[in-house]
Amino acid sequence: MNKYLSIDDVGMVFETKKGPFTALKDINLEIKEGEFVSLIGHSGCGKSTLLNLVTGLLKPTAGAMILAGREISGPGPDRGVVFQNHSLLPWLTCLENVYLAVERVFAAKESKADMKRRAEEALKLVHLEHALHKYPHEISGGMKQRVGIARALSMEPKVLLMDEPFGALDALTRAHLQDELTRIVAATDGGPGRTVIMVTHDVDEAVLLSDRVVMMTNGPAATIGEILHVDLPRPRDRLALAHHPRYMELRAAVLQFLYQKQMKVAA
Amino acid sequence: MNAVSLKPALDMHAEAGSENSAPKAGSASSAPEAATPVAANELLPEKPPLAPVMREPAAAEKPLYVRTPVPDWLIRAIAMALGLALFVAFWSILAKGGRLPTPLETWRSAVQVFGDPFYRKGPNDQGIGWNVLASLGRVGIGFGMAALIGIPLGFALGRFRFLSDMAAPVISLLRPVSPLAWLPIGLLVFKAANPAAIYVIFISSIWPMIINTAVGVRQIPQDYMNVAKVLKLSEWKVFSKILFPATLPYMMTGVRLSIGVAWLVIVAAEMLTGGVGIGFWVWDEWNNLNVPHIIIAIFTVGIVGLALEQLLILAARRFSYE
Repeated sequence: MNKYLSIDDVGMVFETKKGPFTALKDINLEIKEGEFVSLIGHSGCGKSTLLNLVTGLLKPTAGAMILAGREISGPGPDRGVVFQNHSLLPWLTCLENVYLAVERVFAAKESKADMKRRAEEALKLVHLEHALHKYPHEISGGMKQRVGIARALSMEPKVLLMDEPFGALDALTRAHLQDELTRIVAATDGGPGRTVIMVTHDVDEAVLLSDRVVMMTNGPAATIGEILHVDLPRPRDRLALAHHPRYMELRAAVLQFLYQKQMKVAA
Repeated sequence: MNAVSLKPALDMHAEAGSENSAPKAGSASSAPEAATPVAANELLPEKPPLAPVMREPAAAEKPLYVRTPVPDWLIRAIAMALGLALFVAFWSILAKGGRLPTPLETWRSAVQVFGDPFYRKGPNDQGIGWNVLASLGRVGIGFGMAALIGIPLGFALGRFRFLSDMAAPVISLLRPVSPLAWLPIGLLVFKAANPAAIYVIFISSIWPMIINTAVGVRQIPQDYMNVAKVLKLSEWKVFSKILFPATLPYMMTGVRLSIGVAWLVIVAAEMLTGGVGIGFWVWDEWNNLNVPHIIIAIFTVGIVGLALEQLLILAARRFSYE
């Protein structure tokens, strides 16, 4: 197995006023290059914490993570991050927001015109070529999230990390963006963004998009409960899959894990 | 229904007003009624689809139950005029006692004073224009220096916890000190009245800028700082692309408060230091027992302060990004 990102025995203990709190324990996960992996679990299970560890915003209190042969020791532009609440800078236009990321990575090698082209390309990829010079407050929530994706992809990251990227969107927009994401990931095959880790609490989203669904147990001391291989052929079509027996099985497996094995008592 | 029909009436009114000044062919064809200057209430009954109730023949003549929309600004203007009128009336009653000049006397005196604002008859007898300019100059220098030092200091305190903890006791101790308490120190250090006055302005107007800027930096949403961290931006990029724009609204509030304090303090400082300036002028006129001039000075100080404040509000609006 071609290990691209490996998470070895990672644990995370937060120091709180009430004493140490073990959020994550004994996390072992290996992700291949080009794989799309979802992290799913009940809220508070530490799936976002795990993503923040890979992002580098948090440092693990145990274990280590290695991305493409190098240990993760802090945040860096080799990992493209899409935040749940888009986190665009409101005083910059869409293009400027993306350009800020492009500039960070390519300023040493490329001219300003080239970098501007890169930023435009990234926004074109998410179908926002008409909103280059709009400010974030002038566009819809779905569009903002697309700018966030464009910003992350524009850096040509080794891995794309998404923290409930569509969680704040309405169901229709979410479905639309899921399809877009599938298309974008397919379009960049062999390029940036092919390896993806996505945190979600949406079962359909996880099954529809992922190669593997990593199901996490409830915290404290959450860990990986089960890993589900989604062997549905790509490209996947939302409507066709709705009645696909294998899709139903996979979906049922995730639901069973979440609502039987990891029943949340005080939800 | 009534409420629904009022809304288009207001819109029509606004549109009719703008069309009168600059009639355009395109918009006139889309809203032909709007192009002709008719009062909004006369116009309403002829707009059938908007208000079906008004199609009743009895109502078509004069729709009594439709309130004529009074524009918001008109109500505000009336309220302001009423407030000022009450103020002048109260003043007139007070002036009956004989000590205070009446509004009319003051007005006549003001016409005289402002008729020749820029005369010079020796160092202690100059027009009100010169006095105001001299005060503004001191405020400008003192406040400008305070901004130059206070704003960067605020950024540093907001960004680095340690610095902020270091500065906290000193700031909390010095901030509540009355501005004029600093004057003797200024006189001692500078051995001259003018720099001492400027220094008082500086020291009393620096605090709001330091504190508001620091608070602004600390209020920056963690999301933006996460972006900075994830992109691993350089400290300069973090400052120019995130810290500065995010803090700007807070900073502008600090600047506005500071200017207010500076203008407040200058009058008092000049009373003590003398020379040319609106504060000195007040004191000089008190010595001359020229009470109308004192009242004129009070109004002048108020109006200049108001103008400064409005100027900064305008500037702040330019800088807001939402």
